[in-house]
Parts: sequence; structure tokens; C-alpha cells
Amino acid sequence: MDFINAIVVLTNFTLIPALAYGSQLALGAIFVTLIYAVLRFANFATGDMMSFGTMFAVLLTYYFQSIGLGLGFLPTALLTIPFAIIMMILYMLLIDKFVFSYYRIKKSPPVQFAMVSVGVMFVTQAIIRIIIGPSDRRFLDGEKFILKATEFKEMTGLNEGLTLKSTQAITIVVTLIIVSIMFWFLNKTKTGTSMRAYSDNEDLALLSGIDPKRVVLITWVIAGILATVGGILYGLDKSYRPFVYFNNMLPIFAAAIVGGIGNPFGAFLGGYVIAFAEILITYAYKRFIAYLVPENMEPDSLMQLLSTDYKFAVSFSILVIVLLIRPSGIFKGKTI
Amino acid sequence: MRKYSNIIAAYSIMLILIILVGIFQSWSIALTILNYCLISAVMTIGANIQWGYAGLINFGIMGYTALGGLAVVLVSVDPVQQAWQAGGLNILICFWIIVAMVVLIRYLLKYFDKSKYRTYGIAFIIIGGILLLRLTATPGIEAIEAVDPAKTGFLGGMGLPVLFSWIGGAFLAGGLAFIVGKIALGLRADYLAIATLLIAEIVVSIIKHEEWLARGVKNVIGLKRPAPYEIDLQTSQWFINLVEKFHTKKLSLINSITERQDALSQLVIDASSIYVKLCFTGLFLSVVIVLLIVTQKALYSPWGRKMRAIRDNEEAASAMGKNIVKEHLFIFILGSAIVGIAGAMMVTNDGLFTPGSYRPMRYTFVIWVMVIVGGTGNNFGAILGGFVVWFLWVEAAPMALFLINLFTSHLPETNSVRVHLIESAPYFRFLVIGIGLLTIMRYRPKGILPEKIEIK
Repeated sequence: MDFINAIVVLTNFTLIPALAYGSQLALGAIFVTLIYAVLRFANFATGDMMSFGTMFAVLLTYYFQSIGLGLGFLPTALLTIPFAIIMMILYMLLIDKFVFSYYRIKKSPPVQFAMVSVGVMFVTQAIIRIIIGPSDRRFLDGEKFILKATEFKEMTGLNEGLTLKSTQAITIVVTLIIVSIMFWFLNKTKTGTSMRAYSDNEDLALLSGIDPKRVVLITWVIAGILATVGGILYGLDKSYRPFVYFNNMLPIFAAAIVGGIGNPFGAFLGGYVIAFAEILITYAYKRFIAYLVPENMEPDSLMQLLSTDYKFAVSFSILVIVLLIRPSGIFKGKTI
Repeated sequence: MRKYSNIIAAYSIMLILIILVGIFQSWSIALTILNYCLISAVMTIGANIQWGYAGLINFGIMGYTALGGLAVVLVSVDPVQQAWQAGGLNILICFWIIVAMVVLIRYLLKYFDKSKYRTYGIAFIIIGGILLLRLTATPGIEAIEAVDPAKTGFLGGMGLPVLFSWIGGAFLAGGLAFIVGKIALGLRADYLAIATLLIAEIVVSIIKHEEWLARGVKNVIGLKRPAPYEIDLQTSQWFINLVEKFHTKKLSLINSITERQDALSQLVIDASSIYVKLCFTGLFLSVVIVLLIVTQKALYSPWGRKMRAIRDNEEAASAMGKNIVKEHLFIFILGSAIVGIAGAMMVTNDGLFTPGSYRPMRYTFVIWVMVIVGGTGNNFGAILGGFVVWFLWVEAAPMALFLINLFTSHLPETNSVRVHLIESAPYFRFLVIGIGLLTIMRYRPKGILPEKIEIK
């Protein structure tokens, strides 16, 4: 019994949160990696673009709530996803037309692209803060829990409860759906293949009649979907605050590079690697160990490898180690 | 003279703008802006050395600035004797454990060939060392943080005059740059940017959460100052006489003696804050001028030519027998050390150390915008960039407010659009900076004052 209790503790406090957080990171990391593979630059506006899409979801959620439109036990925000995605894609295409395309045609070095994306980051942040302001917003409605700790305890008769928040379940399910559709698209359809060809070798792709404008357009469309969905899922699970989204850019970058930048599957797994590392290293194992060892040997300290203050630092350290040992990432980067 | 006309024109416009702020807002604000402009200028000189001279992209400016600030605390604050007695020994032991770990790992790396056993050995040293560190540090840290937590709860510094801390900041930042450079300098440009940014985040989070070091997010206030304090000035006779002399005309218009006394004391209070700021301006200006002369000399020296050669064509320079890795590391340390000085200057100016305020937006990206806007590779340009961008960063909000009021003046006071716009006026600074950067990058990619190298 003690053993099952220990497993439940670990599942409740590390496995489920890490899976949800990892899914959110994974969506962002695939976004970064796609832009890197096809458009060939590190997009420093990542976090703010995700925030931009989420902003529309938040505003539309408030609007839908005011006219009484909802999905019952599911959050209203799910209904707003298509509209938010459309706004996001429009914004991205606008930015691409007025900013990035000029440097793409000129074949500027990646550093210049990165600096331009810093400019885009400033502008996007300004627009977001002018429209919605910098404050913290919660836009989750509907059922909060799928499984409550007390219910679980009654059901199984265990000492420890297992909670499953609806946002965590939604995050994992939606991520799996989006990511599998995207991989199917990239690997099985003609357009996806042309995108991979363009990413592999631009000149050869152009020679074989692939339209670069179309490839770029589709990349932004996919990127818009990933960014918006990732942002909305994060916002539902925690809360929406522009500053936090900007900061999330850093673990997302870490995930993309750890997985091997330019490799969407690597980025997908990289998200989970980062999330699990952050949570497993900063989790206090006291209760877990207390169940496993005999009663008189219970540890006094929290049994925590690092305090939770260093959550971000953990993911960055992993990135530094990966860069040192295997700069191409765990799953060989470049080529989508 | 003609070749300097651009520079002179640009700097005069900047000076006029600051004077206009003095006339329309207040001289105190104008001097604050000027001081921060000068600090930003030091930062941009550092970033420009790395980016403009050598083409190294360093997004970790925030980390070096924070270390510079930390240096002020570590050098100038008086040591907390009780804390040292409580846990100083543990911390010293920890320090030596770290040194021993580094020496051991270096020894293994140097004298053993690459093998499975060597890797295991290194892993063993690291894991064992960390366990040992935790065991020795935890009681020490707890004891230190328990010493009067409301006021101290940290080890304190060395109690030296604050100006020494500027040098200390340079050394701390340079030391970090040495480690970062060893780790990351081989990476491709955009990887380097991300890696330096993330390492800086790690550094800042350590400073934030290790409270025994510098109180972390509890902040250190009341740091020493290289300038006199306002309160002392307000009570010293020579200063009051000086203010009286400046304002004899104004004061002679007031007849009643008590009113005159009140007016004088108000003037003295205003003047004391301006006097202190002027002292800082003088100090900062001299740092900027010294750095400018040195960097300008370096740019035209054989060393500067070598760096440009490496920047423009690494392979050719390498073929000529230049050690690129070494030069890159050197210039990375040099630039970072200058940023460290700026960080120390900033904390000295504020008189308080707030680790929570070090954010990448303000201390990395804005500084980069300064370098790009001003002119990469040109020291005058970089300094100008620091001035222009900082000026915009501060003055964008009042200007936006003015424009919003102008354009919405036909709307009623309670109009929701108007109220919302007025509330969001501070965020227009991001818009101004972003659009400024994008415009400059597009239409003047080399900055306002581009790099011009003449062979003498």
C-alpha cells in the first residue's frame, strides 16, 4: 500500500504537471524550430507572438461570456481558438511582409534576422500592452477538475489524493492532436514534403519548382496555429500575463535547442525533457521517500535537489550542458 | 574638422534635447536622464567592443550588469561581523571545495586520456562535490540568514570606498566572461546569443536567491556614495551661501524676512539634489571620456586592425597566424568588464541594489538596440546610441501622453478609448524603440554614425 501511495504522490506532483507544462513548451519549441528550419533565424519574438494570439483568445472569451456563449463544462476559450489563430496568422503575415521578407530576399546573415526579430518583439509587446495592459488575467471557466483529490481517496481508499485539472487534460489531448496532425502534414503530404525540401536545400528546392512564397506562407500558418494554441493552453493552465509569456521564451528556446534545433520531433521531445528536468530537480521528495522507507528512517529535510527558485536555471543549465557536449542537440538538429 | 561634422551635429542635437527637458520639465529630471545616458554609454562601449570590433554577439549584458552591481555590495558595504562569526567559516570551506573541484577536474582532463573511466571520475567529483557543498553550506547559510534578517542577514562586503567597487565590478564581470567565453564562444552566432542570454539568467537567479550573499530580493539599501549627501549639504553654511549668491536677484524681490527664509530653504533643497547629481555626472563623464580615448586609440592601433581583420575574415586572419580563439576570448572579457563597470556605476548612482530589477528586456535588448541604432563599430556612434535610446526610453511616455491628449482633445474626459490610451501611455516606449530599431535596420543598417575606418 505504501508503495502505491508513493507512486500516487509522484504522479500527482511531478508526472501530471510535467506532462502538461511539457506539452505547452513543446508547442512553442516546435514553433521556434519550424521558423529556424524554414526561415533560418532564431525568432526572439516567440514569447510575444504566443502572447499576441492568447490576447485575442482572452478578449474573445470575455466577449463570448458576455453574450452567454459557452461550451458547458469545457472552457469557453476553446471556442475562441479558431478566431485567435486567424488573427495571429494575419499579424504574422503582416510582419513577414513588412519586415522579414526584405531581409529574406537580401539573404541577410542570421544575426541580422535575430536583431530584426528583437525589433518585432518590442513592437508586439507594445501592441499587447496597449490593447490589454500588463496585468494578470484568468480566463478559465467551466469545470475546473476532472478528478479531485478527495474523490480519488474515496474511490481507492489510499492516503494520497490524485488531482487531474481539466486544463491539464485538455492541454495534453489538444497537444497530441495538433502535433500528430502536423507531423502527418509534414511527412505525408506534398506540401509538407516541399517544405522539408526547402528547409534541406533551398537552391535545389527552387530548382525543382517549389514556390518559396508558398512555403513561407504555409510555415507562418503552421507557426501561427502552434503559437496560438500553445499560448492559450499555457494561459488556461496558469494565467495570462504578457511579461510571463516573454520570459517563457527562454525555456522554449532551451527545449528547441536541446531537442536539436530545426528538428520538430526533437523539439517536441525537448519540451518534455525540459519540463521533466525542471520539475523533478526542484521537487521535494520528502513525502515520497517517507512512504518507501521504514517509519523511523523518515528524512528530516525536504529532500530537494534545488529550491524551486531555480526552476528556470535548471532548464538553462541543461541547455548549456547540451551545447557543450552535443551542440546539435539530443536528436540531431537541422532538417525538418 | 569636416569629417567630425556629423558627430558634432548629432551630439549637439542630443545636448539641446536634454536642455529642453531641463527647461520644460525640470533640471533634476534632465540630470537624471543625462546620468543614465552616460551609464548606458559605458554599457554600449562594452557591447560595441564585442559586436563592433569582433562580431561577437553577447545577449548576456544583463548578467554582467548585475555582477557589477553585486560588486558594489561586496566591496563597499561594511562587513557584518556577527554573520561572519556565525557562518563565515562554512562559506570559506565551500569556496575551497569549489576550488579543489575545479583543480581536480582540470588535472583529470590534462593528464588522463579520454576514456570511460575519466568521464566517470569527473561525474563522481561533480556529484560528490555538490553533496559536500550542500552539507557544509546549509548550516552556514541558515546561520548567516538568521543574523538580524530585517537589516542584514548577509555577509556584508569589505567596507572599502565605493569607487573601488567599479574596478571590482570589472573584475567580477570579466571573470564570468572568461567562464562563459570558454564554454560558449565556439558556437554559431545565434546560438551564442541564446546561450549568453540564458547563462545571464542563471547568474541573475543565483544573485536573486542566495540571500547570504547580497540579501537577494530583499535588496540592499543605503549604499555608500562618492558624492556628498543632500542632508549634509542642506545644513552646511558654504552651500547655503552659494545658493544665496546664485539667487540674490530673486530673493531680493521678497520683502518679508520669514518668507525669504522659506524661499531660500526651498531653493537649497532643490539645489542640493542638483548638486549631488552634478557630482555623479562629473564622475560618469570622466569614465566615459577615459574609455572613449582608450577604445578610440585601440581601434586605430595594430591590435584594432587585427580585430577587424578577424571579424571580416576569420579564415584569412587565421592563415596569417592570428590565434582567433584567444583573441575572441580576450575581447569578450574586455567588453564584459566594461559592462561590469557600468553595472557598478548604476548601482552607485541609485544607492541601492535590487536584484529583482535585472530583466533581459531592460538590460540586454535595450542595450543592443542602442548599439545597433548608434552605429556598430564606431565608438562615437555607440555612445550616441546610448544617449538617443535612453532619452527615448524615458521621454516616450510623456511625449505619448502629450500626443494622446492632443489627438483626443475633442473627446469627453470620460471617453473609454481616451482613458484607456492615457492609461497605456507608458507602453508606447516599447513601440517607439521597436519601430526605431526596425527603421534603422532597414534604411540605415550601419547605424546613425556608421563605422568609418581610415588607414593612417
